[in-house]
Amino acid sequence: MKLSEQWLREWVNPQGDTRALADQLTMAGLEVDGVEPCAPPLDGVVVGKVLEKVQHPNADRLSVCKVDIGAAEPLQIVCGAANVYAGGVFPVATVGSTLPGELKIKRSKLRGEESRGMLCSGVELGISESADGLLELSQDLTVGDPVATALRLDDHVIELDLTPNRADCFSVLGVARDVAAINALEFSEPEIRPVPATSDVTHDVSIAPQDGCPAFAGRVIRAIDPAAQTPLWMSERLRRAGIRPLHPVVDVTNYVMLELGQPMHAYDLGKLNGAVAARLAREGEKLTLLDGQEVVLDSNVMVIADDSGPVGMAGIMGGQSTAVGDGTTDIFLESAFFTPQVIAGRARRFGLHTDASLRFERGVDFSGQVRAVERATALILDIAGGSAGPVTDARDTAALPKRVAVELRREQLSRLLGIKIPDDEVHAIFVRLGFAVEAGAAGWLVTPTAARFDIEIEADLIEEVVRVHGYDRVPDIRLQGAALLAAASESAVPVARAGNLLRDRGYSEAITYSFVDPGLQSLLLGEARELTLANPISADQSVMRRSLLPGLLSAARSNRKRQQNRIRLFESGSIFRLQDNEIIEENSISAVAWGRVLPEHWDDVGGGGSHSSRPADFFDIKSDVDALLRLAGSAEKLDYVASEHPALRPGRTARIERDGEVIGWLGELHPRVARRLGIAGGPVLFELQVDRALSARLPEYKGLSRFPSVRRDLAVIVADAITAGEIVAEVKQAAGDLLKDLSVFDVYRGDSIEKGLKSVALGLILQETSRTLTDLEVDGVINAVIQRLSSKLNASIRE
Amino acid sequence: MQELNDSLNSLIARAQADIEQSNNLAELDAVRVAFLGKKGELTEQLKGLGNMSAEARPAAGQAINRAKQQVQTALEARKNALEDADLAAQLEAEAVDVSLPGRGQPTGSVHPVTRTLQRIEAIFAGGGFTVAQGPEIEDDFHNFTALNFPPDHPARAMHDTFFFADGHVLRTHTSPVQVRAIKSQGVPIRIIAPGRVYRCDSDQTHTPMFHQVEGLVIDENVSFANLKAVMHDFVEAFFERDMQMRFRPSYFPFTEPSAEMDILSESGKWLEIGGCGMVHPNVLTSAGVDPEKYTGYAFGMGVERMAMLRYGVDDLRLFFDNDLRFLKQFA
Repeated sequence: MKLSEQWLREWVNPQGDTRALADQLTMAGLEVDGVEPCAPPLDGVVVGKVLEKVQHPNADRLSVCKVDIGAAEPLQIVCGAANVYAGGVFPVATVGSTLPGELKIKRSKLRGEESRGMLCSGVELGISESADGLLELSQDLTVGDPVATALRLDDHVIELDLTPNRADCFSVLGVARDVAAINALEFSEPEIRPVPATSDVTHDVSIAPQDGCPAFAGRVIRAIDPAAQTPLWMSERLRRAGIRPLHPVVDVTNYVMLELGQPMHAYDLGKLNGAVAARLAREGEKLTLLDGQEVVLDSNVMVIADDSGPVGMAGIMGGQSTAVGDGTTDIFLESAFFTPQVIAGRARRFGLHTDASLRFERGVDFSGQVRAVERATALILDIAGGSAGPVTDARDTAALPKRVAVELRREQLSRLLGIKIPDDEVHAIFVRLGFAVEAGAAGWLVTPTAARFDIEIEADLIEEVVRVHGYDRVPDIRLQGAALLAAASESAVPVARAGNLLRDRGYSEAITYSFVDPGLQSLLLGEARELTLANPISADQSVMRRSLLPGLLSAARSNRKRQQNRIRLFESGSIFRLQDNEIIEENSISAVAWGRVLPEHWDDVGGGGSHSSRPADFFDIKSDVDALLRLAGSAEKLDYVASEHPALRPGRTARIERDGEVIGWLGELHPRVARRLGIAGGPVLFELQVDRALSARLPEYKGLSRFPSVRRDLAVIVADAITAGEIVAEVKQAAGDLLKDLSVFDVYRGDSIEKGLKSVALGLILQETSRTLTDLEVDGVINAVIQRLSSKLNASIRE
Repeated sequence: MQELNDSLNSLIARAQADIEQSNNLAELDAVRVAFLGKKGELTEQLKGLGNMSAEARPAAGQAINRAKQQVQTALEARKNALEDADLAAQLEAEAVDVSLPGRGQPTGSVHPVTRTLQRIEAIFAGGGFTVAQGPEIEDDFHNFTALNFPPDHPARAMHDTFFFADGHVLRTHTSPVQVRAIKSQGVPIRIIAPGRVYRCDSDQTHTPMFHQVEGLVIDENVSFANLKAVMHDFVEAFFERDMQMRFRPSYFPFTEPSAEMDILSESGKWLEIGGCGMVHPNVLTSAGVDPEKYTGYAFGMGVERMAMLRYGVDDLRLFFDNDLRFLKQFA
């Protein structure tokens, strides 16, 4: 909400400058979003009175004026505005002044006539958005005075960002009360005198106490002057509050809303058909709103209706058919109370957001309807004349919100805050806020005002006390108490540890969005039921990721576009899927490696770097996966099984299993997928299911042998289709406990080997814990291995 | 005897001269053979002792041995010098350009958001806080109702919620973890809950996904003054300097009193870092905790915000662009 500082200070005027006031508001919970001067500096713009106006001899649309600005001689000013007239008072930008937009006023000749200054419109002064000719000023102003002083432009607009609980501060009245309370200043609500009726015309009103309209004050004013203009002081205040002046009657209702917080509406009485009633809309009823939009209503929405049907969306926006306009002479004022429940969410449903709905859905003072009508009547009669009927106050007190006394216990106050606030200060705070307060046995019984919808329980009162007392006056006191020791579980590898390992192995961590493009997702993962957002930001962020691969691949691709040609990225995070209509959320860790295995290096072709210029391949990344899985314990029971995955290249894809349970995937990107994504080369990817892959076993100590180990190498020739995994498994079976380590140190296909076969070289390390192995024992083991490989895998030994 | 001494002296002098003049180990060895070899001059001298009288022999023997020792010492010294020179020459030949880059896999990086989260977790771990987790797809009850957001409440509208057709939401804050943690762990409780949160909002200063850290402490007699102390201690630990901080009244449905927390930047501007407050009795009650016995505080912070302040990142969107040039700045 925008608030004129000047207006506020008329009601309550604390010491300190604008900045101090703004700080104070912020520290009272009325957050100041910004403070702006209400107008540009207008040095050299003064009040002038046109003494004489004659037609410009050489231009039809210009006039030549003699303007008194309080100087010895009147100024001659050429003016093009239609509304200039002799006797009128207008702002004059004198020679040497600068108007907004860097417009420098100089002495000039316009079509041969000298002009020494400029008569200005509101737009030219930067104080209105549109203008119909010159800004006409009051005849009461003193000629020659700076316009800034005359229009009281020495004001600031304070923009408040109000929290939903402080509906009471959507008005000068509400903010003034809070400012007074904080500064311990006397504050009494301005007296609003009833305006006596000068006619007995009323308009019938019926309320809907149970449905959300328990109070409706109305008043008829007839025979207002349709030519009346909103006075400058009022349109200036509206402007500073961010409201565009429209029509004197509408301006008054807006003014009263800003002043007292009560939204109002004015109907053109002549356009109403019969009595008005607040009621819930009927299904399918239509209403054309003030802004021209036609809405189709339902029984969830309250309307104001006459005999012809809805004439307004209650508490949100009036209807077009009964709107006050240029020819309006008779009006009917509405000042109603709609409950927050009947307004909340409705405006948003229809894409509306109005000053009225904002206030009603958060709560309007339900005792202030008549007061607002009286205030509006007085202002309208002042501005546009007319004759007011008596106030109709339809009200069902029983259906109005209740204000019940809430108990605040002295002990609870100090327990929750950690400090003691003196009793008399607590009492005074409530009094200053306008609350009714009674001393109770353990503290106070406090009844909030009808404007406050946020005081229901003891904690609410505690907040009020400390808010006014000052949050900054509560000291820091460290919590005393027993230390709570945390468990340090070893049953899972912390994801941070896994991330550090990947970081140390050259990967950079990415964080990609949890929602992805459905097309990309099904390309990479195959079709499945998607978890689709009902209101996504965009179509390519509309389904929840079932894997980290879509995000990581997209990130890799964007990096490639940014000329990165060696990419290693990883991510850990949640992935989502539907299983039997249940949402499953799991932790996943995934990585992509793309480009050279090592960065470009000065020794690429020599020494130890002979392989560093080739692209990273399956086995490079497999070692990263192995390293990750080793964090969780022994590599035993881990299997890489040749398999298929929609994103991965057949023949270079492994399903990773531990103890027969699938824990992840590793493979090269499928060339067809790469083509669809428009990328070249073969990124290698893996993804592990964190809970399964990183569930850790405690290391279990085994005794060390003091006796030497024996190494025997074997080269076995097997069919090409037999995997190293199969060979290793058979060797382990045959060798038994004596086998301490087994390595595959060569795989060879070529001239000396029959086509369709391969030679696999194995290194076996054998050891016994309690003694040195004899050659005989070692030979026995090796023979057993050879026999098993021969019988199970049809292997022969390469001599 | 004098004669012997003179001849030994001149022999030593000759040997020393030869040793000095030998330029490599082979030449040096030839000198050794010439003087100390089987037929070397000194060896011959020793052989000659047998021809001497018994009285003269001891003194002569001593003199010859002394001379032999002197020659040996000179040989040894020269040998060491020549070896040192050889090694020096070899080392010089095999020197490398130490300014050339090393070989192997360079390290990658941890995302600045993760880095920030890890620091926050470490700081609070020191205060006895454990980490709690909750789902990112939440039900309306945990995201709103249990946190005292009535249906149609304006505070809900402020949350720009992503919905699923079945009524689930992407959690708009980490606060639902409060409710879940109290239910699963009971009280007293001291947790932080870091994680991803989602708001249906995307522009220069908003991303539809970001990270928060929620904190919750419930015990007997936990006060607002305790909350102020822990947050102040935290920001000083996080920024590693003395910090001015202010708490200003605000509104969250699940805390009362509620506050926004600001820190004073080095340029003298107040910067908002998060919200906090005393846990609302309705939240305690709905989690099955007696608000008459227990009180608590809760706080929430934007992790990206903290990372931006800490590392001087000036554009929120960089965190999710995953540009390696950005990521690699946070090893």
